[in-house]
Amino acid sequence: MNSLSQTLNSSIARKVVMALTGLFLAAFLAEHLYGNLLLYYNDNGAAFNEYSHTMVHNILIRMVEVFLFAAILLHVAQSIAITRKNNAARPVKYQVRKDGETSNWFSRNMGITGSVIFFFLVVHLRTFFVPYRITGIGEDGSLALVVKEAFANGWYSSFYVAASLILGFHLNHGFQSAFQTLGMNNKQYAGLIRNTGTVFAVVMGAGFASFPIIFYFNLLGR
Amino acid sequence: MSETINLTLKVWRQADAGSEGRFVIYDMQGVSTHMSFLEMMDVLNERLIKKGEEPVAFDHDCREGICGMCSMFINGRAHGPMDATTTCQLHMRHFKDGETVVVEPWRAGPFPVIKDLVVDRSSFDRIMQAGGFISVNTGNAPDANATPVPKADADEAFAAAACIGCGACVAACKNASAMLFVSAKVSQFALLPQGQVERTDRVQAMVRQHDLEGFGGCTNTGACEAECPKEISISHIARMNREYLFSIAKGDK
Amino acid sequence: MATLDAKIPPGPLSDKWTKYRSTCKLVNPSNKRNIEVLIVGSGLAGASAAASLGELGYRVKVFCFQDSARRAHSIAAQGGINAAKNYQNDGDSVYRLFYDTIKGGDYRAREANVYRLAEVSASIIDQCVAQGVPFAREYGGLLSNRSFGGTQVQRTFYAAGQTGQQLLLGAYSALNRQVHLGNVQVFSRHEMLELVLVDGKARGIIARDLESGKIERHSGHAVVLASGGYGNVFFLSTNAMGSNVTASWKAHKKGAFFGNPCFTQIHPTCIPVSGDYQSKLTLMSESLRNDGRVWVPKAKGDKRHPAEIPDQERDYYLERRYPAFGNLVPRDVASRAAKQVCDEGRGVGQSGLAVYLDFRDSIKRLGEPVIRERYGNLFEMYEKITGENPYHIPMRIYPAVHYTMGGLWVDYNLMTTVPGLYALGECNFSDHGANRLGASALMQGLADGYFVLPYTIGEYLSGEIRNKPTSTDHPAFADAEKEVHERISRLMSVNGKQTVDDFHKRLGNIMWNYCGMARNEQGLTKAKNMVRELRAEFWKDVRVPGAAAGLNPELEKAGRVADFLELGELMIEDALTRKESCGGHFREESQTEEGEAKRNDDDFAYVGAWEYKGSETAPVLHKEELKFEEVHLTQRSYK
Ligand SMILES: Cc1cc2nc3c(=O)[nH]c(=O)nc-3n(C[C@H](O)[C@H](O)[C@H](O)COP(=O)(O)OP(=O)(O)OC[C@H]3O[C@@H](n4cnc5c(N)ncnc54)[C@H](O)[C@@H]3O)c2cc1C
Ligand code: FES
Repeated sequence: MNSLSQTLNSSIARKVVMALTGLFLAAFLAEHLYGNLLLYYNDNGAAFNEYSHTMVHNILIRMVEVFLFAAILLHVAQSIAITRKNNAARPVKYQVRKDGETSNWFSRNMGITGSVIFFFLVVHLRTFFVPYRITGIGEDGSLALVVKEAFANGWYSSFYVAASLILGFHLNHGFQSAFQTLGMNNKQYAGLIRNTGTVFAVVMGAGFASFPIIFYFNLLGR
Repeated sequence: MSETINLTLKVWRQADAGSEGRFVIYDMQGVSTHMSFLEMMDVLNERLIKKGEEPVAFDHDCREGICGMCSMFINGRAHGPMDATTTCQLHMRHFKDGETVVVEPWRAGPFPVIKDLVVDRSSFDRIMQAGGFISVNTGNAPDANATPVPKADADEAFAAAACIGCGACVAACKNASAMLFVSAKVSQFALLPQGQVERTDRVQAMVRQHDLEGFGGCTNTGACEAECPKEISISHIARMNREYLFSIAKGDK
Repeated sequence: MATLDAKIPPGPLSDKWTKYRSTCKLVNPSNKRNIEVLIVGSGLAGASAAASLGELGYRVKVFCFQDSARRAHSIAAQGGINAAKNYQNDGDSVYRLFYDTIKGGDYRAREANVYRLAEVSASIIDQCVAQGVPFAREYGGLLSNRSFGGTQVQRTFYAAGQTGQQLLLGAYSALNRQVHLGNVQVFSRHEMLELVLVDGKARGIIARDLESGKIERHSGHAVVLASGGYGNVFFLSTNAMGSNVTASWKAHKKGAFFGNPCFTQIHPTCIPVSGDYQSKLTLMSESLRNDGRVWVPKAKGDKRHPAEIPDQERDYYLERRYPAFGNLVPRDVASRAAKQVCDEGRGVGQSGLAVYLDFRDSIKRLGEPVIRERYGNLFEMYEKITGENPYHIPMRIYPAVHYTMGGLWVDYNLMTTVPGLYALGECNFSDHGANRLGASALMQGLADGYFVLPYTIGEYLSGEIRNKPTSTDHPAFADAEKEVHERISRLMSVNGKQTVDDFHKRLGNIMWNYCGMARNEQGLTKAKNMVRELRAEFWKDVRVPGAAAGLNPELEKAGRVADFLELGELMIEDALTRKESCGGHFREESQTEEGEAKRNDDDFAYVGAWEYKGSETAPVLHKEELKFEEVHLTQRSYK
């Protein structure tokens, strides 16, 4: 009846791509946060540097990294396509809308939070990934030191905190949304999924926001 | 509670599909708080006719909240400010004296305006025609009690089947998506033994028609569920997604 | 005078339909493809007929005035649908359903039709379940039943308080399947405005595309009307706003006899009128009378809050007058009793036109949760409309026009007196006699559409296979179209001062006051003149704004009200002629000493079928004598 390409271009299939890439990225975030937490070891960044080093030299991780970038691009490209189509579905807009009474702002504005996160990602890569992997602080240089230096800047740190919180909100909707899209939701589990998503989002948001705060105010006292 | 209130109505007027529309302001004095919103519109229309103007066209029929014919986006909400209420069941006691009330038609590409507040919802019929049925000819049915259906499934199927096809879900959705509408039918049949035979084709055909009509996709904001006059849950959308994934996985079509 | 031949097949009652089905003429499949059938109406009757005829291979066109076939008025039915399944093992049978229906209709229905209805009732439930209609079920997964007025068995199938919706959506899905397969075409937002006759046979219709205003010609080998009831002649009723008589009335004027027009059902439990802006009345299901007690104050004009009126100052008048049935007397009896106490000045509420339906005692006895479980959605609906909480304040209710047993006269084949013109569902004079039992209209609509017409129409169409479809260029189409154009321009050109609703409300008032719950010679005679005068005034002073082209709801209403203004007079004429009381028709001159309805079987055991003779000529009455071979006629008593 439907050709495969039709099926894969359907509004549900597109959302499934969003959900799968989203969940994959969320899993990466969790892993990333775990790695970053090593910064809190009182070992002058050794564990963290060691971890970063392994990440770069493990062939498997390098392969996953390719998927990671692909997922990011797919997630972004698909969201742009979906947003365009969705906007086109209502050519004449309402004069008055009280969306706030029926849905949550963050659920409606994943595009905005997503864009902020994308910008954040670019900045983030520019600060850490590019020097570490491309232009080079050298493989033996301490990435932990780079982190510390970066978060000495107040503006930079504030941006980081804000972006991390926005990431949290993005995840809060995205998590349950992904399960809904994948059909893994019903009245019985809805609460569980929502709560798990919220816990996850809070941990991620707060987790990533903690680094600039702690380093800027030097709360570890080192 | 005061018995009458005065309102300023700001109503979308559009002569026909091809014309430009605009808002027209009407001063509504002495609106009884016992009236329904549509009765208030009736009174407006009677006044307009007597003044030699054209009345405001709007869709309605049963005025009991079941036919799904009435629509109207009132003060930024589909079917007005009350949850689980169609415009015909909305009463004026929920408005404040002196309030300005903005009345717009449903807005969505697949719901073009025909006149004033009347829109064309035939896209919904076409979605149903694509697959919203169980293929059984009259006279072919086995005894009604031959296949027991667990009460919980029957109740859940009924909850989905309660959809009145009014289009509030589309009107409320930021993406003008009709996924709640489609899922209500897919889910109803997916829950019943009678619906099993055609389940993969059905979901594919209906979703495809949904997309062809130009409705947006679901981004899970939940606005549809909040506005649905029959309180149909988005868990039906999840079930439809599941059916859809299952149909892709099965892939024999 | 044309004779009325009901074409009832010979043989014993219980064999008639089986025999008929096995011997009726058939149309072979390849011929069916060349035969077109026009169906006006997409309610239970129309949609089920269209789907079934499409399945058989006929080419079908369906018309409805709503924006979708799914919104036909059947959608609003709440309570349930009867069927002689005997799933409850409580002694139900085809015969018992037949008997209850004949008796409930006060012996004014045709035995053979009612028996057939009872026979096919069981298949309806099977069909609907197969379509995926989610009826209420028990924990074991089997279908659940409830009881309804006028019966002693549990035979009513239901889907919460939305049975009509679920049944209609089932029929609509079957219809959609046929659209998908290319057998059926649906014309929504189309209104039939004229019937086209060629050589005395129904050959087509003229319809107005309500969106564009275009007048269209449609030709077919047969025309089926399933256009619903005409309760809106009273302006206020429980019917949907658009329910009308136009399709039937046009057919009537083209030669279809109108049967028992005065038989109207007034439902006792509706939310009362709250002001002159009121546009319709909302039904509160009959089932509420299981646990609610009906009362008014004993004293006239007692305006105290109900809670302040002690028990000894309340009159539970149904329990007092009908100790055997109490609050559960049939609809017609309950309605009349409510009117009587209000006429005595003991009605409640601002208007004095309401009685209390009080749940205080059952809440005390069963607790609020039980009542909430039984009637929660109705209580909510009541509160939405009135702003009062019925758990704390008794409901105020009043009778309202609900259903019309009268309609186009049809024979056993469901064919009207115009060859090739059929009438199904509420728009025919029906199997319900002078009073319809609850949950029987849905049964009849679906029986007609799924199981009766598909057989009986073959009997006629088998004679049509040699006839090519009539070209819409035929002069008969041109003439009919011209009539429609002329009428529309007449309506548009009056350009008077009063709105269509002004007239409709006045007509409704006349009908309600003189041809409503109680009727008498003097009032009816007066009303007849009033309706005539109102009709003349309508054509001099109505104002229809807008244009004939494009969507114009006022023009639609104007055409319908113009027809109601003619129908009203016929209803009054019929009520005048029937000098007996029966079912919903209560002639004050014909009552027992206790004020109950008194039938006169010697003179009135007939169906009154009226022939149209022109707007200024009196209609002619034809009588179909009702022969009761199976049941004995007795006076109903609920004391
Ligand atoms: C509030 C309420 C509750 C009820 N509850 C019950 C119940 O519980 N059980 C029960 O058995 N019965 C009940 N009834 C009665 C029952 O619903 C109706 O008698 C039945 O549904 C009528 O079905 P129908 O198919 O004959 O007509 P309808 O459903 O009225 O359909 C009429 C169709 O004809 C079309 N039409 C009309 N005129 C034209 C025209 N000129 N041109 C084109 N199309 C036209 C309309 O668009 C519509 O599609 C209830 C009725 C009401 C009002
Ligand atoms: S008019 Fe039928 S739902 Fe509002």
